Amino acid sequence: MCVLPIPVKEKKLMDVKLGELPGWILMRDFTPRGIAGAFQRGYYRYYNKYVNVKKGSVAGISMVLAAYVLFNYCRCYKELKHERLRKYH
Amino acid sequence: MNENLFASFATPTMMGLPIVILIVMFPSILFPSPNRLINNRLISLQQWLVQLTSKQMLAIHNHKGQTWALMLMSLILFIGSTNLLGLLPHSFTPTTQLSMNLGMAIPLWAGTVITGFRHKTKASLAHFLPQGTPIPLIPMLVIIETISLFIQPMALAVRLTANITAGHLLMHLIGGATLALMNITTSVALITFIILILLTILEFAVALIQAYVFTLLVSLYLHDNT
Repeated sequence: MCVLPIPVKEKKLMDVKLGELPGWILMRDFTPRGIAGAFQRGYYRYYNKYVNVKKGSVAGISMVLAAYVLFNYCRCYKELKHERLRKYH
Repeated sequence: MNENLFASFATPTMMGLPIVILIVMFPSILFPSPNRLINNRLISLQQWLVQLTSKQMLAIHNHKGQTWALMLMSLILFIGSTNLLGLLPHSFTPTTQLSMNLGMAIPLWAGTVITGFRHKTKASLAHFLPQGTPIPLIPMLVIIETISLFIQPMALAVRLTANITAGHLLMHLIGGATLALMNITTSVALITFIILILLTILEFAVALIQAYVFTLLVSLYLHDNT
Protein backbone atom coordinates (compact mmCIF):
# COMPACT_ATOMS: atom_id res chain seq x y z
CA MET A 1 0.00 0.00 0.00
CA CYS A 2 1.44 3.34 -1.12
CA VAL A 3 2.26 6.01 1.53
CA LEU A 4 1.30 9.59 0.58
CA PRO A 5 4.31 11.86 0.17
CA ILE A 6 4.78 14.31 3.07
CA PRO A 7 4.78 17.99 1.96
CA VAL A 8 8.20 19.70 2.23
CA LYS A 9 6.99 22.18 4.81
CA GLU A 10 6.29 19.60 7.48
CA LYS A 11 9.37 17.43 7.06
CA LYS A 12 12.02 17.38 9.74
CA LEU A 13 15.48 18.61 8.74
CA MET A 14 17.02 15.15 8.49
CA ASP A 15 14.32 14.00 6.05
CA VAL A 16 14.65 16.93 3.67
CA LYS A 17 16.49 16.09 0.46
CA LEU A 18 19.45 18.31 -0.45
CA GLY A 19 17.70 19.80 -3.48
CA GLU A 20 14.70 20.81 -1.39
CA LEU A 21 16.83 22.54 1.25
CA PRO A 22 16.55 26.18 0.05
CA GLY A 23 12.79 25.80 -0.28
CA TRP A 24 12.57 24.27 3.18
CA ILE A 25 14.58 27.09 4.75
CA LEU A 26 12.45 29.73 3.06
CA MET A 27 9.25 28.12 4.31
CA ARG A 28 10.30 28.27 7.99
CA ASP A 29 8.47 30.62 10.33
CA PHE A 30 10.61 33.77 10.70
CA THR A 31 8.06 35.87 12.56
CA PRO A 32 9.05 36.93 16.11
CA ARG A 33 6.66 34.32 17.45
CA GLY A 34 8.28 31.66 15.31
CA ILE A 35 11.79 32.64 16.38
CA ALA A 36 10.77 32.68 20.05
CA GLY A 37 9.26 29.22 19.55
CA ALA A 38 12.49 28.00 18.01
CA PHE A 39 14.53 29.27 20.97
CA GLN A 40 12.10 27.70 23.41
CA ARG A 41 12.22 24.35 21.62
CA GLY A 42 15.99 24.42 21.50
CA TYR A 43 16.25 25.30 25.20
CA TYR A 44 13.92 22.50 26.29
CA ARG A 45 15.61 20.01 24.00
CA TYR A 46 18.97 20.71 25.67
CA TYR A 47 17.50 20.94 29.17
CA ASN A 48 15.58 17.69 28.99
CA LYS A 49 18.49 15.83 27.50
CA TYR A 50 21.31 16.92 29.82
CA VAL A 51 19.99 18.60 32.95
CA ASN A 52 16.48 17.37 33.73
CA VAL A 53 17.58 13.76 34.26
CA LYS A 54 17.71 11.74 37.43
CA LYS A 55 21.49 11.62 37.60
CA GLY A 56 22.55 14.81 35.86
CA SER A 57 26.27 15.48 35.96
CA VAL A 58 28.45 18.54 35.76
CA ALA A 59 28.64 18.11 31.96
CA GLY A 60 25.18 19.62 31.48
CA ILE A 61 26.06 22.98 32.92
CA SER A 62 29.72 23.02 31.84
CA MET A 63 28.75 22.69 28.17
CA VAL A 64 26.68 25.84 28.60
CA LEU A 65 29.58 27.65 30.25
CA ALA A 66 31.98 26.53 27.51
CA ALA A 67 29.60 27.89 24.88
CA TYR A 68 29.42 31.15 26.86
CA VAL A 69 33.23 31.43 26.89
CA LEU A 70 33.30 30.76 23.14
CA PHE A 71 30.65 33.40 22.52
CA ASN A 72 32.61 36.00 24.51
CA TYR A 73 35.82 35.04 22.71
CA CYS A 74 34.16 35.67 19.36
CA ARG A 75 32.89 38.98 20.70
CA CYS A 76 36.40 40.12 21.74
CA TYR A 77 38.31 38.66 18.80
CA LYS A 78 38.96 42.01 17.22
CA GLU A 79 40.96 43.22 20.23
CA LEU A 80 42.56 39.86 20.93
CA LYS A 81 43.88 39.66 17.36
CA HIS A 82 46.57 42.18 18.23
CA GLU A 83 47.87 40.19 21.20
CA ARG A 84 48.99 37.17 19.21
CA LEU A 85 52.70 36.32 19.10
CA ARG A 86 53.29 37.31 15.50
CA LYS A 87 55.84 39.48 13.78
CA TYR A 88 53.26 41.21 11.58
CA HIS A 89 49.77 41.79 13.00
CA MET B 1 48.77 47.59 26.79
CA ASN B 2 46.86 50.58 28.16
CA GLU B 3 44.03 50.22 25.72
CA ASN B 4 43.84 46.48 26.25
CA LEU B 5 43.70 46.74 30.00
CA PHE B 6 40.38 48.57 30.09
CA ALA B 7 38.90 47.20 26.89
CA SER B 8 37.30 44.33 28.75
CA PHE B 9 35.23 46.77 30.80
CA ALA B 10 33.66 48.45 27.78
CA THR B 11 29.96 47.83 27.26
CA PRO B 12 29.74 44.93 24.84
CA THR B 13 28.23 45.68 21.47
CA MET B 14 28.20 43.34 18.53
CA MET B 15 27.83 45.05 15.17
CA GLY B 16 26.30 48.03 16.90
CA LEU B 17 23.71 46.04 18.84
CA PRO B 18 23.94 46.29 22.61
CA ILE B 19 24.20 42.68 23.69
CA VAL B 20 24.86 43.69 27.29
CA ILE B 21 21.19 42.94 27.94
CA LEU B 22 21.74 39.33 26.88
CA ILE B 23 24.78 39.06 29.10
CA VAL B 24 22.92 40.47 32.10
CA MET B 25 20.06 38.00 31.55
CA PHE B 26 22.34 35.01 30.98
CA PRO B 27 22.60 33.84 34.64
CA SER B 28 18.84 33.32 34.72
CA ILE B 29 19.25 30.34 32.37
CA LEU B 30 21.47 28.65 34.93
CA PHE B 31 18.72 28.65 37.59
CA PRO B 32 15.82 26.54 36.27
CA SER B 33 12.59 26.75 38.19
CA PRO B 34 11.52 23.71 40.22
CA ASN B 35 8.41 22.01 38.88
CA ARG B 36 8.08 18.87 40.92
CA LEU B 37 8.35 17.65 44.47
CA ILE B 38 11.64 15.85 43.74
CA ASN B 39 13.65 17.63 41.06
CA ASN B 40 16.80 16.92 39.12
CA ARG B 41 20.20 17.34 40.75
CA LEU B 42 20.84 20.88 39.64
CA ILE B 43 17.56 22.22 40.99
CA SER B 44 17.81 20.22 44.22
CA LEU B 45 21.29 21.59 44.85
CA GLN B 46 20.14 25.14 44.21
CA GLN B 47 17.09 24.69 46.42
CA TRP B 48 19.23 23.44 49.28
CA LEU B 49 21.63 26.37 48.92
CA VAL B 50 18.82 28.91 48.79
CA GLN B 51 17.15 27.43 51.86
CA LEU B 52 20.43 27.46 53.78
CA THR B 53 21.14 31.07 52.87
CA SER B 54 17.64 32.34 53.44
CA LYS B 55 17.35 30.76 56.90
CA GLN B 56 20.59 32.38 57.94
CA MET B 57 19.83 35.75 56.44
CA LEU B 58 16.21 36.15 57.51
CA ALA B 59 16.69 34.97 61.07
CA ILE B 60 17.21 38.50 62.40
CA HIS B 61 14.09 39.98 60.86
CA ASN B 62 10.60 40.24 62.25
CA HIS B 63 7.49 39.41 60.26
CA LYS B 64 7.55 42.67 58.34
CA GLY B 65 11.18 42.29 57.35
CA GLN B 66 10.67 38.73 56.21
CA THR B 67 8.40 39.91 53.40
CA TRP B 68 11.63 41.00 51.74
CA ALA B 69 12.84 37.39 51.53
CA LEU B 70 12.33 37.05 47.77
CA MET B 71 14.09 40.33 47.07
CA LEU B 72 17.12 39.51 49.21
CA MET B 73 17.47 35.98 47.90
CA SER B 74 17.26 36.97 44.28
CA LEU B 75 19.73 39.77 44.98
CA ILE B 76 22.36 37.48 46.43
CA LEU B 77 21.83 34.90 43.68
CA PHE B 78 22.11 37.51 40.96
CA ILE B 79 25.23 39.22 42.29
CA GLY B 80 26.90 35.92 43.18
CA SER B 81 26.26 34.30 39.82
CA THR B 82 27.18 37.42 37.85
CA ASN B 83 30.48 37.79 39.72
CA LEU B 84 31.34 34.12 39.32
CA LEU B 85 30.53 34.15 35.60
CA GLY B 86 32.84 37.14 35.26
CA LEU B 87 35.76 34.94 36.27
CA LEU B 88 35.43 32.89 33.08
CA PRO B 89 37.96 33.93 30.41
CA HIS B 90 37.00 36.83 28.15
CA SER B 91 33.64 37.35 29.78
CA PHE B 92 32.05 40.68 30.65
CA THR B 93 30.96 41.30 34.23
CA PRO B 94 28.00 43.65 34.51
CA THR B 95 28.75 44.37 38.18
CA THR B 96 31.93 46.21 37.20
CA GLN B 97 29.74 49.00 35.85
CA LEU B 98 28.98 51.62 38.48
CA SER B 99 25.73 52.44 36.70
CA MET B 100 24.33 49.00 37.32
CA ASN B 101 25.41 48.84 40.95
CA LEU B 102 23.92 52.25 41.64
CA GLY B 103 20.76 51.02 39.96
CA MET B 104 20.67 48.14 42.42
CA ALA B 105 21.76 49.99 45.55
CA ILE B 106 19.75 53.22 45.44
CA PRO B 107 16.25 51.73 45.02
CA LEU B 108 16.85 49.06 47.66
CA TRP B 109 18.26 51.51 50.20
CA ALA B 110 15.52 54.03 49.43
CA GLY B 111 12.96 51.27 49.92
CA THR B 112 14.24 50.49 53.39
CA VAL B 113 14.41 54.15 54.41
CA ILE B 114 10.94 54.97 53.12
CA THR B 115 9.52 51.86 54.81
CA GLY B 116 11.05 53.06 58.06
CA PHE B 117 9.70 56.57 57.71
CA ARG B 118 6.22 55.37 56.82
CA HIS B 119 5.73 52.88 59.61
CA LYS B 120 7.95 54.01 62.46
CA THR B 121 8.42 57.72 61.81
CA LYS B 122 9.57 58.67 65.29
CA ALA B 123 12.01 55.78 65.58
CA SER B 124 13.47 56.48 62.12
CA LEU B 125 14.03 60.11 62.96
CA ALA B 126 15.50 59.08 66.31
CA HIS B 127 18.26 57.23 64.47
CA PHE B 128 19.79 60.57 63.61
CA LEU B 129 20.83 61.20 67.21
CA PRO B 130 22.70 58.51 69.14
CA GLN B 131 21.80 58.11 72.80
CA GLY B 132 23.61 60.07 75.46
CA THR B 133 25.23 62.79 73.37
CA PRO B 134 26.14 66.03 75.11
CA ILE B 135 23.76 68.90 74.24
CA PRO B 136 26.29 71.23 72.50
CA LEU B 137 27.21 68.49 70.05
CA ILE B 138 23.66 67.76 68.87
CA PRO B 139 23.50 69.92 65.70
CA MET B 140 26.83 68.67 64.42
CA LEU B 141 25.93 65.08 65.15
CA VAL B 142 22.61 65.32 63.33
CA ILE B 143 24.44 66.62 60.28
CA ILE B 144 26.97 63.82 60.49
CA GLU B 145 24.30 61.16 60.86
CA THR B 146 22.41 62.59 57.85
CA ILE B 147 25.55 62.45 55.75
CA SER B 148 26.23 58.91 56.87
CA LEU B 149 22.69 57.92 55.95
CA PHE B 150 22.95 59.35 52.45
CA ILE B 151 26.33 57.79 51.87
CA GLN B 152 24.95 54.28 52.45
CA PRO B 153 23.76 53.63 48.84
CA MET B 154 26.90 55.19 47.38
CA ALA B 155 29.06 53.02 49.58
CA LEU B 156 27.09 49.90 48.63
CA ALA B 157 27.48 50.54 44.92
CA VAL B 158 31.08 51.74 44.95
CA ARG B 159 32.18 48.89 47.23
CA LEU B 160 30.91 46.27 44.80
CA THR B 161 32.21 48.04 41.70
CA ALA B 162 35.65 48.72 43.12
CA ASN B 163 36.19 45.23 44.51
CA ILE B 164 35.25 43.39 41.35
CA THR B 165 36.97 45.83 39.00
CA ALA B 166 40.16 45.85 41.05
CA GLY B 167 40.26 42.06 41.12
CA HIS B 168 39.82 41.76 37.37
CA LEU B 169 42.44 44.44 36.69
CA LEU B 170 44.97 42.75 38.98
CA MET B 171 44.43 39.44 37.23
CA HIS B 172 44.95 41.06 33.81
CA LEU B 173 48.12 42.80 34.97
CA ILE B 174 49.68 39.80 36.68
CA GLY B 175 48.76 37.54 33.78
CA GLY B 176 50.37 39.97 31.37
CA ALA B 177 53.44 40.16 33.56
CA THR B 178 53.72 36.35 33.65
CA LEU B 179 53.57 36.18 29.86
CA ALA B 180 56.14 38.91 29.44
CA LEU B 181 58.51 37.35 31.96
CA MET B 182 58.29 33.87 30.51
CA ASN B 183 60.85 34.54 27.80
CA ILE B 184 63.25 36.34 30.14
CA THR B 185 63.41 34.40 33.42
CA THR B 186 61.34 31.25 33.69
CA SER B 187 61.70 31.00 37.47
CA VAL B 188 60.36 34.48 38.13
CA ALA B 189 57.55 33.73 35.69
CA LEU B 190 56.75 30.66 37.74
CA ILE B 191 56.50 32.73 40.92
CA THR B 192 54.24 35.20 39.15
CA PHE B 193 52.13 32.30 37.94
CA ILE B 194 51.70 31.01 41.48
CA ILE B 195 50.66 34.52 42.51
CA LEU B 196 48.10 34.43 39.69
CA ILE B 197 46.68 31.13 40.94
CA LEU B 198 46.37 32.47 44.47
CA LEU B 199 44.74 35.60 43.15
CA THR B 200 42.22 33.55 41.20
CA ILE B 201 41.28 31.64 44.33
CA LEU B 202 40.87 34.97 46.11
CA GLU B 203 38.70 36.23 43.29
CA PHE B 204 36.35 33.29 43.63
CA ALA B 205 36.01 34.06 47.29
CA VAL B 206 35.58 37.78 46.66
CA ALA B 207 32.86 37.13 44.12
CA LEU B 208 30.77 35.30 46.67
CA ILE B 209 31.68 37.50 49.61
CA GLN B 210 30.73 40.69 47.82
CA ALA B 211 27.33 39.29 47.00
CA TYR B 212 26.88 38.33 50.60
CA VAL B 213 28.02 41.68 51.95
CA PHE B 214 25.74 43.62 49.63
CA THR B 215 22.74 41.59 50.61
CA LEU B 216 23.66 41.60 54.28
CA LEU B 217 23.90 45.35 54.37
CA VAL B 218 20.58 45.79 52.64
CA SER B 219 19.06 43.44 55.16
CA LEU B 220 20.64 45.40 58.00
CA TYR B 221 19.21 48.64 56.71
CA LEU B 222 15.91 46.82 56.52
CA HIS B 223 16.20 45.58 60.08
CA ASP B 224 16.78 49.09 61.29
CA ASN B 225 13.67 50.28 59.60
CA THR B 226 11.08 47.58 60.27
